[in-house]
Amino acid sequence: MTARIELRGVTKRFALRGRRPLRTRDARGRGPRPDHTVTALDTVDLTVADGEFLVVVGPSGCGKSTLLDLVGGLTTPTEGEILLNGAPVTGPGTDRGIVFQQYALLPWRTALGNIEFGLETTGLPRRERAARARDHLDLVGLTGFGDRHPHELSGGMKQRVAIARSLAAGPDVLLMDEPFAALDAQTREGLQEELLRIHRRTGRTIVFITHGIDEAVLLGDRVVVLTHRPGRIKEIVPVELDREGTDAASLRSDPEFTRLTHRIRELLHDEVALARAREREELAA
Amino acid sequence: MSTTIGRSVRPTSPTSPSAVGTGPPPEPGTSGVPDRAGPLPAGALRAVGRLLTAVATRTVALLALLLVWEMAPRLDLVDRVFLPPFSEVALAWWELLIGGQLWSHTSASLVRSGAGFGLAVLLAVPLGLLIGRYRPLADLLNPLLEVFRNTAALALLPVFVLLLGIGETSKISIVLFACTWPILLNTISAVRTVDPTLLRLARSMDLSPPALFRKVVLPASIPTIFTGIRLAGAVAILVLVAAEMVGARAGLGYLINSSQLNFAIPRMYAGIITISAIGLLVNHLLLTVERRLTAGRPDERG
Ligand SMILES: Nc1ncnc2c1ncn2[C@@H]1O[C@H](COP(=O)(O)OP(=O)(O)OP(=O)(O)O)[C@@H](O)[C@H]1O
Ligand SMILES: [Mg+2]
Repeated sequence: MTARIELRGVTKRFALRGRRPLRTRDARGRGPRPDHTVTALDTVDLTVADGEFLVVVGPSGCGKSTLLDLVGGLTTPTEGEILLNGAPVTGPGTDRGIVFQQYALLPWRTALGNIEFGLETTGLPRRERAARARDHLDLVGLTGFGDRHPHELSGGMKQRVAIARSLAAGPDVLLMDEPFAALDAQTREGLQEELLRIHRRTGRTIVFITHGIDEAVLLGDRVVVLTHRPGRIKEIVPVELDREGTDAASLRSDPEFTRLTHRIRELLHDEVALARAREREELAA
Repeated sequence: MSTTIGRSVRPTSPTSPSAVGTGPPPEPGTSGVPDRAGPLPAGALRAVGRLLTAVATRTVALLALLLVWEMAPRLDLVDRVFLPPFSEVALAWWELLIGGQLWSHTSASLVRSGAGFGLAVLLAVPLGLLIGRYRPLADLLNPLLEVFRNTAALALLPVFVLLLGIGETSKISIVLFACTWPILLNTISAVRTVDPTLLRLARSMDLSPPALFRKVVLPASIPTIFTGIRLAGAVAILVLVAAEMVGARAGLGYLINSSQLNFAIPRMYAGIITISAIGLLVNHLLLTVERRLTAGRPDERG
């Protein structure tokens, strides 16, 4: 397998403008000292293989969204470099599609219109755009809902439209930031299976952020566990489950599934406790 | 009537679109828009019933007001000279209509307020879009905007008269001036409050700035911009009437003022009623345009 995305020593710091500086301790525990930047990610090295489904978990505020923004070209790393297909990322592009937690659908366009929106920067002729939008509407199982406006769709349907929009432009990589977090359990499970099916069918590389441990194991080929701020890679857990021909319910009852969720829960547990302690410290400072 | 005036007092908080709306939104049950009648006669009957109830609910307060207006002078509860019964006012209105004066005054007012309002839309919408989009420009102009939005336009009327005389120019100018602020401030806040996830989406798609503007910022801003425009519609009439009371030989403000001076009290009320009716009509018209542009918008392709 070839590398689709490569992060080499990526660090991202944000300047804290007009705010009280955080008092942080340095690596050797000296301090606290006033610090006018916040380090979201700290020397992250990561390689995502072509066609891989990579899931990222970590405590809140550990830099997961920042990681996604960096790969998406929405921000630039403070240190290190990010390669996409071997070339450095210089900005956003249609070779990467982002799916946001809040759907980000244009309320004045229909489902089909929203999917077409994703194609309007590709330079495709209009007729082809329409045909492709229709194909992707079918792909996410929304045949017949093309004329509905977002306010006439359920949350799950909206997220399907958003996924279809991202896929339609034909990206090499799909970047998903807690896409199912706002959905109810049943809808989420339906969409998880749908996404696995789409992944199998299209062979796209997917980077998927979630807070759901169950979701991480169910979907991911590997699960990256990040530490609390500043985000570093704590561990990468490979998921070796045979998903072919099994449904989510039987996967969940697999002993290996239980073992993996347990492992990730343990890894996260320490980090979340540390993050809480840190937050209290900052508030008190 | 009361709604028109109530609305025009509010343009001080254009940053919160909901606060500058037209009062309570129409409740589904009492909406004046008839529900689409079903194919079944029973459904149609029910729809007609609902429509009648809606019309009755909406007119009953109005009818009560007219009834009080009619009876209070007749029962000597108020001085008949200062508040003649509604029927006398209606008669005076009819005479003005037949005589053609009503139309000449109304058209004079409509031309002035329409010109000022139209120019304000043409000026303030693009300016607001620009200011909302470019931070440095906003920082530069913000103190100025703060001063003007907090200066009552009518307080500046004497200045306009001094600089531009008492002719059409000064009247159109003061309407233009007064209408500019609600539109400008609402447009700025519309552009500023575009859903940030939509902007992130556009950025992730590498949309060019003109495309971003045309496909995301502008359509997302239209509802709030329209709130400002509707507000300006009310302001246009309010300010114009006041301006016409100062120095004019035509217009509804002049009609009201001169009738009062000549003690033609029924005529004065006839003028007031006409203004109320125009206010209601303008608001209704702008609401209709707004609904066309926003609710269930047709899909814009290309
Ligand atoms: N534009 C920014 N300016 C300053 N600080 C930022 C900015 N974006 C993110 N941060 C900070 O960087 C850290 C990581 O943020 P990020 O949004 O990546 O976390 P996250 O892991 O996605 O959190 P969550 O799970 O809550 O979504 C946070 O402490 C956040 O406050
Ligand atoms: Mg996040």
